[in-house]
Order: sequence, then structure tokens, then C-alpha cells
Amino acid sequence: MSRNRPRPLVSAATLKNAYDRRSFLISAGGASVGTLLAARMAFIAIVENEKYKVEAESNRVNLSLIPPRRGWILDRNGSPLASNRADFRVDIIPERMQDPAAEIGALAKLLALEPDKVGDLLDKVEKSRGYAPVEVANGLNYDQFAAVSVRLPDLPGVVPQRGFSRYYPTGPSVGHLIGYVGPASAEEYEKDHDPLLITPGFKVGKDGLEKDFEQQLRGVPGARRVEVTAQGRIVRELETRDDVQGQPIKLTIDGPLQDFAARRTGLQSGAVVVIDCHTGGVLAMTSMPAFDPNSFVGGIGRLRWKMLNENDHIPLLNKSVRGLYPPGSTVKPLATLALQQAGVAPDEHVFCPGGYRLGNRFFRCDAVHGSVDMPTAIEKSCNTYFWTMAHRVGYDAIAPIAKLMGLGHEFELPGTPQRYGTVPDSAWKMRRYDQQWTDADSLNAVIGQGYVLVSPLQLAVMVSRIASGHALRPSLLFGHSKPIGADLPFTAEQLAVTRSGMYRVVNGAGTARGARIQIGDIEMAGKTGTAQVRKLVNRGHVADWASRDHSLFVCYAPAAAPRYAMAVVIEHGGFGASAAAPIAKDVMTYLFDPPTALDTLHRLEKEWGGTPPQRMARQYADYVGEAGFEAPPPATLDIQRPSGIDAESRGAAPEMPEPVGRASPAAQAPAASPTPTGGTP
Amino acid sequence: MNSIIPNAVGRQPWGMLLPLFVLVGFGAMVLYSAAGGHWQPYASSHLLRFAIFLGVASIMVRFNRDFVMFMAYPAYAGVLLLLVAVEAMGAIGGGSQRWLSLGPLVLQPSELMKPVIVLVLAKFYANLPAGMTRDWRALLPVGGLIGAPMALVMLQPDLGTALAIGFGGVVLMFLAGLPLRWFLGAGAAGAVIAPLAFFFGLKAYQQRRVTTFLDPEADPLGSGYHIMQSKIAIGSGGFWGKGFNEGSQSHLNYLPEAHTDFVFATMSEEWGFFGGLVVIVIFGIILRWGMNVARASNDRFSKLLAAGMVTTMFFYVAINLMMVMGLAPVVGIPLPFMSHGGSSMMTNMICIGTLMMVNRWNREQPRYGISG
Repeated sequence: MSRNRPRPLVSAATLKNAYDRRSFLISAGGASVGTLLAARMAFIAIVENEKYKVEAESNRVNLSLIPPRRGWILDRNGSPLASNRADFRVDIIPERMQDPAAEIGALAKLLALEPDKVGDLLDKVEKSRGYAPVEVANGLNYDQFAAVSVRLPDLPGVVPQRGFSRYYPTGPSVGHLIGYVGPASAEEYEKDHDPLLITPGFKVGKDGLEKDFEQQLRGVPGARRVEVTAQGRIVRELETRDDVQGQPIKLTIDGPLQDFAARRTGLQSGAVVVIDCHTGGVLAMTSMPAFDPNSFVGGIGRLRWKMLNENDHIPLLNKSVRGLYPPGSTVKPLATLALQQAGVAPDEHVFCPGGYRLGNRFFRCDAVHGSVDMPTAIEKSCNTYFWTMAHRVGYDAIAPIAKLMGLGHEFELPGTPQRYGTVPDSAWKMRRYDQQWTDADSLNAVIGQGYVLVSPLQLAVMVSRIASGHALRPSLLFGHSKPIGADLPFTAEQLAVTRSGMYRVVNGAGTARGARIQIGDIEMAGKTGTAQVRKLVNRGHVADWASRDHSLFVCYAPAAAPRYAMAVVIEHGGFGASAAAPIAKDVMTYLFDPPTALDTLHRLEKEWGGTPPQRMARQYADYVGEAGFEAPPPATLDIQRPSGIDAESRGAAPEMPEPVGRASPAAQAPAASPTPTGGTP
Repeated sequence: MNSIIPNAVGRQPWGMLLPLFVLVGFGAMVLYSAAGGHWQPYASSHLLRFAIFLGVASIMVRFNRDFVMFMAYPAYAGVLLLLVAVEAMGAIGGGSQRWLSLGPLVLQPSELMKPVIVLVLAKFYANLPAGMTRDWRALLPVGGLIGAPMALVMLQPDLGTALAIGFGGVVLMFLAGLPLRWFLGAGAAGAVIAPLAFFFGLKAYQQRRVTTFLDPEADPLGSGYHIMQSKIAIGSGGFWGKGFNEGSQSHLNYLPEAHTDFVFATMSEEWGFFGGLVVIVIFGIILRWGMNVARASNDRFSKLLAAGMVTTMFFYVAINLMMVMGLAPVVGIPLPFMSHGGSSMMTNMICIGTLMMVNRWNREQPRYGISG
């Protein structure tokens, strides 16, 4: 094979020679390939062993998070306003579904889903961003859960599991106060890439306190390590770390009172706020009608949302902190304090001929009150008196006191952001409208009309300050009450004049004589308000209701030693004495004598057609029927409420046997027993 | 040989056979584990096939040299016809296929072509006058003999087998003493043509296998998945492995083709580097024995035939191991005696049988000069 010879002679011998050399070369080549392979294997298996071990483990082991149980939200007595309930649930992960329509159809059959729910699901699956789970159903019984579980191989992307779901025992009564939870949205996940957020069954606070205290309530997720095949089938469970429940949050709210106040609002649209005059703690803060946060836990259905949005009673607005109303005559007591400070003697009399003439305009009073002094002006709610005095001192002397009482102020409270409304004065008007303040503006403002807009919470703070004589600051977290504010800059005598006027409103010949309470020697003081709805909103067939005046009432009790202050605002309720005052009376009665108040409530709820959840269920059924779907089966109330949270928990003496644990008022024996049950929280 | 062991037993090439039995037995164990700890469906049929083809091999051993030389061209023509038949069946059936169903038997003619190409080339060069070895007459007919089956197999399309056929042919030409500069020239031309072939000759999925091989992490869930999972299986085994039946990669189906092409990865996961070394060493022993048989032969035909058979087996082993270790693209070549599959068992046992046959010729024919 050597090429140095010009013409090599090829013979059998040279070929054998060449064969020997070349076969040696091939053998050597083969041996070196073998060595190379052994070296390569040593590199992979020994040098890079750790790396591949980790990768094999991460193949084999699937870590799934267990959503933590959410911290409870407790009332001042430790009863849960929001708790968790163990349930079976089914979620779907749209990304993993192969044929969403068919799978949802199969689930609908297995779980007997309502047609509108199926529509919702298809909608959500279509809109979902893939990673976020969509809840199909919760609160399933074991049979339904098992039925889905055994069909899992045909239902990729469907995740049945045991878990906990949020439960609000008193439902709509706490809806606006506490808010609700729901699956994290795509935006929330993009902001916080915590894998917990896309764990099926995990919920975040969406509104109110649930949202504000999300971090405390959330807890630490547990984890389950399972061995899975490449196809995702679970082979066995390796180990489980339990979740750590979120921290509870204790509120100053009195749960039964909250429930009572919400339910007592009845068919009306309004807000009730009760404040403890000793601490400033908010005992109740309702806004009705409301949504049932329980029905939002699995995500809000399209139809339900539409229904709530279309309702003219605006159930989606938290009226206690975001509803702004002209306060009407409820601001007259604070005006008397301002007038006294401005030098008006309480015993100065003003003659009311049934109105007041300012220039060429005549402001008409409700009645011809004759000669009235300051307390009588409150008692009779005589506009003429306040017009006269406001004209004399000017509203710029009254506005600072209104602000001092908390009007126009935003308080440091967790939950729904407040709207702070308006306490007008000349500077404000110049700033806002570039106009001079007129005497007519003063006249309007002093009787709580015109530019003045306040929230029910502010009214409650106002009356708590008048009742206590301190600049109380409202608080919602139990044990975190804010320091009692400074004494108000009024003398005891000045405060006594105002309080005596408010006392006579209820107990004298005043505008709210019907709201007198008769429980031992406990008496209530208050002030009615009737606010004109200046801008009539044309709402078609309900124009009649919407053009009625707002009905307001502020009060405190006991009159002698104020403990509870309350504001009630009923939208379009007519006269303050006709709608708001009876509610305030019953709520106040509930604080001192629950059985009597419950009697009243049960009688009324029978007229109204049941408790709010029952009425809402019927309303929804009707609405769904109108929308062209089959009406869903009526909601069954087979859940035992934890004791100590609904209004009835104070109704009966402890030794009375609970009828079958059903807490519906129908099953609840009328609380005939007048046993006092230590109603003061 | 002493009298206790019968002569017929004693003269068998135990130096090769014992390691082979160990390898097949080891393969059966791995297949047993790959089936999740069951004999069915892999391990038992693996052993059964080995037994059957060992029988076939022991019959082959009895063929004499003249018969084998006589059969070379007819066998080649027959297998080539089968390849054409496969193509025709595919064309009629509407879809490419590699298999030919003959009643209960499923035959893959391209597999048969691997030993047959060696046989026919050995015969060709054995008959070629020595003076023509450096002539175009040594090359052109061979080009046709190799090119025709390669083209047919490429049509299937089965790149791996086509390369195996080509590799066997080229090595045989090299051993036959063709001028070295032809190989160097072909190598240089190949370096130029390979990129062109890659872009214009390969199908999209074949191209993807090559690019994936160059960067498997680029597409870990797509075509890089095989290589990634195979390396994870081998790498996580460590030195001693995870233990028999303890491989998570194969048992939980992360490793694709755990019982066929990637059986070495399945084995490595459970038996570690040690197991891999045992397998490589056994293959080394078997192949070395084969090369010794070739060297011990007296005639050119036997030498080329034996060396060609060793080459064919070596190609299987080398490409498969390089593939599972991420050194070669995924080309679907099984590991001899370990992978589950009848066709590769048949081919490799034909190679073994041929080597044993040549070994018998060596023993029975005294050395004499080199015969044409």
C-alpha cells in the first residue's frame, strides 16, 4: 500500500498484508470507541450524577400545594362571621382539557349542574388564560365526588378534591362588611407569581376585609409530594405537610346584632351603623340589600351578577361607607352645639310662623311651631329656628363643628374604601364652583340639605361623639380600639341642651315618639331626618319609589348614660320617623332585650317572605326563570350554623332545645320567654 | 479436551458464548424490570427468541464454505426483492412501512440485508483478481451492490439501517484492500456533501433529530425529550445504580422506548456505571473474539465475511450507545442481545452464527496458503 513505489504490484500476499494492518486499525478504532463510550458514561453517571439525580427526582415527584385554610373572621365574642367548611369540590384547569365542551357536558350530568352554570363555565374556560383553575362546583356530597373521581381518565383537566371553602354563616348580613373570596384572577397572578394562586381550590379576598387582611388570613399552604408517571397519573403519595391555617381576625362587630340589623332592614334599601360609645368600636355596619358572599365563593355567575347589577336597590354598593346622602335634620343637634359656641343662648326663643323669609324667597317650615327655644327646635325639628340662627351666625361657624363631629371625614378603617362626602363652607364653594357663598346656602346647609353629603358611618360617628362628649374614633379590630379622642370643646351645659333636645325627640312631643323604647328604665335619644332627593333619577317603572325622600334616624341609648350610638339611613324611605326610626328602635331594643326584638323581626319576616337568603334565592330563581332557563331547585338550608352568630342566637334561653339544628326562623319557636339574656355584648 | 466433557461440547467457542449468555440473561432481567417486574411481555419472548435464533445459528454452523459462497448472490437478490416488495406494499397500502407480514411472522427485510451485504461483498472481493483491487472494477459493481439496498431502505425511510448497510459495505471495502486515497477522498467529499444532504436529502423529522442531538435542551418536551430523558436515566444511576426494579425513569414512563432503543438507559438507571461497564466489556469480548476468528481464517472470503459480521454488530452497539448517551442523533437502532425485538435479534444471531461457522471452518481446515 505504500505509495512511494511507482507501480505497486498487487498480489494475494500484499492484500493479506493490507488486511492484517487494516483489521488491526479497525479493531483499534473499535476499542477506542468502546473506551470513549465508557468514559462518556462515567462522565454522565459519576461526574454529573448529582445533576441528573435531581432531574430524575423532579420528574418522578410532583409537589402539589394544599391550599391553606383561611383564617376565621370573628365577632367580638369569638363567634365566626366567616369560617371554613370542609367540602368536596371539583375544579377544572382549562389548559389541560382536551374537549372542554364535552367534558363540561359530562360534568353537568354527573353533578346535575344548572344550565346557566354550564353557560358560565364554558364562558370562563374560553376566557381563561390557561393556568388559572376554574371552579365547577363545591359543597358536593361524597357520591358526586366519587362519581367524578372514577371518571377522571376520561376527563383530563378535571380536578376533584377535598378541601375547605369559605363559609359565611349569616350570608348577606355580612356581605359588604367582610367582602368575599374568589379564585385569583390572571392579573393577580401576574402581579404575584405565587404558585399557590393557581392551585385549584385556593381563594383570595376579593373585597372588603377579606381583601384588606389577605396576608394575615391566607396562612401557609401545605404540600403533598406524590409520585407521578410521565402521563401525570399518581402512583403513590410520598409525604404530606399540613397547611398552617391563617390567623383569625377579631372584629368589634357584634355578630348577632349585625345579623339582626341587616335583616330588620327588610325590603328597604339602606344602612345601619352602630358604635360603642365607650370605645368607638363599630358593633354593626350593614348595607342592605346585599349579595350573599357564599354565592360568590365559587366565582360569581353571569346571571347572578346581572341580576344584582340591575337591582335598583343597588345591592352591590356598600351604602354604609360609600353611600352619600343629604343628612337632613339629623345634623340639627350638632348645629345647636355650633350655635351655642357662636354665642346663641339656648333659651332664646324664635317665632316660627311656618317658614322663614330670606330676601324675596320664603323657606317653608314643616309646620307652624310658634315660639321655640333651642331644645324645642330639635324636638320639633323646626327649620325656621335654624334658618334664623344660621342666617345670624353664618354657616362658616357651623361647618367646623360638623367636621369636628366627623362629617366630611374619612376614618382609618379597614375594608371598603370610604367616600367622605361634603361639608360645604364659603372657601369650599369658591374652590369648587368659583362662586360666593350665599345666605341661602347657609339656610340649606344648616338643615342638612344643599351641598351637604354624608355617609351613614359619619352620621353614626357624629351621634357617638355627641353622646359621649369625646371625639371618638371608630374602630373595627377588636382590642385595637383607637384612643378615646379629646373632649369636645363644649361645656357640659352646652352638651346637655343638645342632648335634652334629642331626648325629647323620642320621649317628648318630638318627631320620633313612635320610636320610644320601653325596656326597664332605658330610654333612647335621637333625631329624625328627611332628606329631599333633589335630583330625581328617572328609573322607569320605579320612578315613584326613587322620587321619595330618604329617611334617616340617628340615636343613642341609654339616654342617661350613652352606651350605643346608631345611624340608620333608608333610601327613599319617606319621613325619617316612618322608615328609619322604627328600624333604629328595634335594633336598639335588640341590644337590651333580644327576645322582644326577635319577636318583631320574625313577625315582619313572615310578611316579607322569609329571611334575606330565602328571599334572595326566590328572587334568583325567578330571575333565572325569566332569563329562559329552567328554574334551579330551591336552595336547601341543611347547613347547621355555628351558634352565637345569627340574630336568633340571643333569642332563646340556653336550655330551650334547638329544633333539629335548623336555624331557619320558621323552625325557630317564637321566643316567648322574656328571660333577659345579658344582651349587652 | 479431557474426556469428561464431550468433544462436541468442548469445541464450542465458550469464550464468546458464555459472555453472550450472560449478556442475553442480563438483557432479560432489564426487560423484566422494564415491564414493571413481569416476565411478560418482554423478557420471556426475548429469551425465547434468543433460543430460537441460537438454534438457527447452530444450523448455520454446519454450512460449508462452498455452499455459503454459492448462496451469496441468490441470497442478496432474494433480500433485495423483499425490499422492493416492502416498497410496493407500502405504495399500495398507502403509507410507508418497513415490515412484511408473512402469516404470523413479521419480517423486516432491511435487517436481513445487513449480514447479506457483508456476505455478497465478501464473495465479490474473494473472487476479484488481486490485480484488479486498485481498479475501478473493484469499486463500481460494489457501489451498485451497496447503493441499491441503501436507496430502498432510505425510501422506507430508515436512515439508521441504511447507514448500517453502508457502513458494513465501506468497512469491507477497506479491509479488501482498496486504495486508501479513495477512502480519504470519499471522506473529504462526504464533508462537503453532508451539509447539502442534511438540508436537501433528509426529511424534516430526520433533520430535527440531528439538530436536537446537537442541542437537546432547546426543546426538552419535543424532539429533545428522548435524549434528555435517556441522559437523566443514565446519569441518575450513579456508579452502582438505583437497584433492580427501582428505576423511576423507566417505570414511570419518562424514558421512551425503555425496552427497545433505550434499553441501555433502562439498564444503567438500575445497575449504574458498573452495569454499563459490564455490558461494554462483554460486547468487547464478543467482538474481539469475532475479529480473532477473522484473523485466524485461511482464506480471503472467510476473513472478509467474519470481519464484516463483526463490523455489523459493532455498528449496532456503537451507534446505539452513542445515541443513548447523547453522542449521536436518535436513529432508531437497537442494542444487540438486550433490546426487545425479533429483527435485531435475528440479524445479530445471524452474525454470531456466521462467525461460529467461520470458526468451524478454521478448525476443520488446516492452515494452508492463502487461497484465492
